[in-house]
Amino acid sequence: MKQEFKIISSLIEENSKILDVGCGNGELMKYILENISNNIRGLEISKKNVQDCIEKGLTVIEGNAELDLGQFPDKSFNYVILSQTLQAFLNPEKVLYELLRVGRKAIVTIPNFGHWKIRIDLLFKGTMPVTENLPNEWYNTPNLHMCTIKDFVTFCSQRELKLTKSISLSGKKVSYIKKNNLSYKNLTSELGIFEIEK
Amino acid sequence: MNKIDNLKKYTVKDRLKLDCGKEISNFPIAYETYGELNGEKNNGILIFHALTGDQFPYGKNPITNKEGWWSYALGPNKAIDTNKFFVISTNVIGGCMGSFGPSSIDPSTSKPYGSSFPVITINDMVNAQKFLLDYFKIKKLFAVIGGSMGGMQVLQFVSNFPNIAEVAIPIACTASHSAQNIALNELGRQAIMADKEWDDGKYLENGKSPSKGLAVARMAAHITYLSKKGLQEKFGRKLQERDALKFGFDADFQIESYLRYQGSVFVDRFDANSYLYITRAMDYFDLTKQFNGNLSDAFKGSKTKFFIISFTSDWLYPTTENREIVIALNAIGADVGFIEITSDKGHDSFLLDVPDFLNAVKNFLNNSYKNIHETRI
Repeated sequence: MKQEFKIISSLIEENSKILDVGCGNGELMKYILENISNNIRGLEISKKNVQDCIEKGLTVIEGNAELDLGQFPDKSFNYVILSQTLQAFLNPEKVLYELLRVGRKAIVTIPNFGHWKIRIDLLFKGTMPVTENLPNEWYNTPNLHMCTIKDFVTFCSQRELKLTKSISLSGKKVSYIKKNNLSYKNLTSELGIFEIEK
Repeated sequence: MNKIDNLKKYTVKDRLKLDCGKEISNFPIAYETYGELNGEKNNGILIFHALTGDQFPYGKNPITNKEGWWSYALGPNKAIDTNKFFVISTNVIGGCMGSFGPSSIDPSTSKPYGSSFPVITINDMVNAQKFLLDYFKIKKLFAVIGGSMGGMQVLQFVSNFPNIAEVAIPIACTASHSAQNIALNELGRQAIMADKEWDDGKYLENGKSPSKGLAVARMAAHITYLSKKGLQEKFGRKLQERDALKFGFDADFQIESYLRYQGSVFVDRFDANSYLYITRAMDYFDLTKQFNGNLSDAFKGSKTKFFIISFTSDWLYPTTENREIVIALNAIGADVGFIEITSDKGHDSFLLDVPDFLNAVKNFLNNSYKNIHETRI
């Protein structure tokens, strides 16, 4: 399983109620279902992925996070997970607030556009970066709102959203992001994993 | 009629109070079963048929000699696997395949009920079918499944009997019959009643048959079961056994000939009064109103696991209406899954060979059964 998913799973308390927004083919949901909590469901936009989830015996609703989160009542989940999707929304701010409305806590992961490889691509090659986490070209990328870890931390603090956990992932290397190492982690992290409360 | 008399039937002795206020008792429910009930009695599935269906989803229908209406979905190793599950299928009350309906004989007059048959509702249909479960001594069903009007029955069943079905699959349906659908049903009813042979509903006792009206009703309805794209691809403007237009009102086009055929075969197997009564039951269906405008209340406290399915090209029971059910269930934190299947085959998709649909049903049923009954040892 992806390192990212292992970290997300480690943040979740047993037997809590979970919504995985943009759950993909259900890999993370299946792991959580078998190991942490059987009260988990997904929201997924791709029909193919929805079928894959059903095949795995997971509860999944075909839908669009930007349109369909409204139907869930306030605080109806302990955790709402959003893995590497925030940057693809038309209005990420609105989605983030929706996550924090329906969930007591949100676990959000973002591909870090501040990673040194990306900076070098842009600086020396002068082309839009294409990496393992961001495999698309500028013309076909679904990512409308790329941000860096620093951007995201600033964004949350400006809105008084509490980052109760901030974790950096670089390759297999896991470390905490703190105030005093933010600039450094912003350079070395491929992925930022945040637990957020309102 | 003799053939219909010989079908499997259970006579309900109890009284059933209908929504219209009348009471019925001693009435037959025609049914069929497939597969075997296991020792724990936990593999039972009740399936509900659509407007013109019957109790024969699988195998050869002994009356029409045609394949069952759900032969793609149901049978050994199919989506609803009769090697695993015990499937009960009944003919709804108001129907014409052996259950209590307008063509049944009224013992007080010794004539068919015709239009003196009480107006029935989806609620009445479901309540009548519950008696059959008691007869089989099934306390818990694994699943209730149905498409179109069958899906409405699924919703009503789960609402009326919240702790009986472990999973529920309402397919291509709605919680509240739309104005468009009432309008289309009314078109069909008017076609039947405009046929002089309908004879105020007394055609059976007077040896008549409103087959022209019923055929027109079926033709109109049949169009609504397909999609524009599906029709265009299958028929386009192709001509029927001719090279040029004939400048008349014969069936020049293949689509005309196809519809005429659909109408003509339908009248051989379906009773016109049943068509009136069952379409009326669909029109009256409004589970939302039944719960004072809050559909969620219909399912409050339900432990049932729901799986709702719609089809992209279904304009009769479109995805938006199926989604209303999902939204209502999410609002109360019910266990609900949903998928919209891509298909050009219109509303009829649920009856046809649509692999994405059949796989989703199969995977959902098999995984759910495993999770509920096999994992927790």
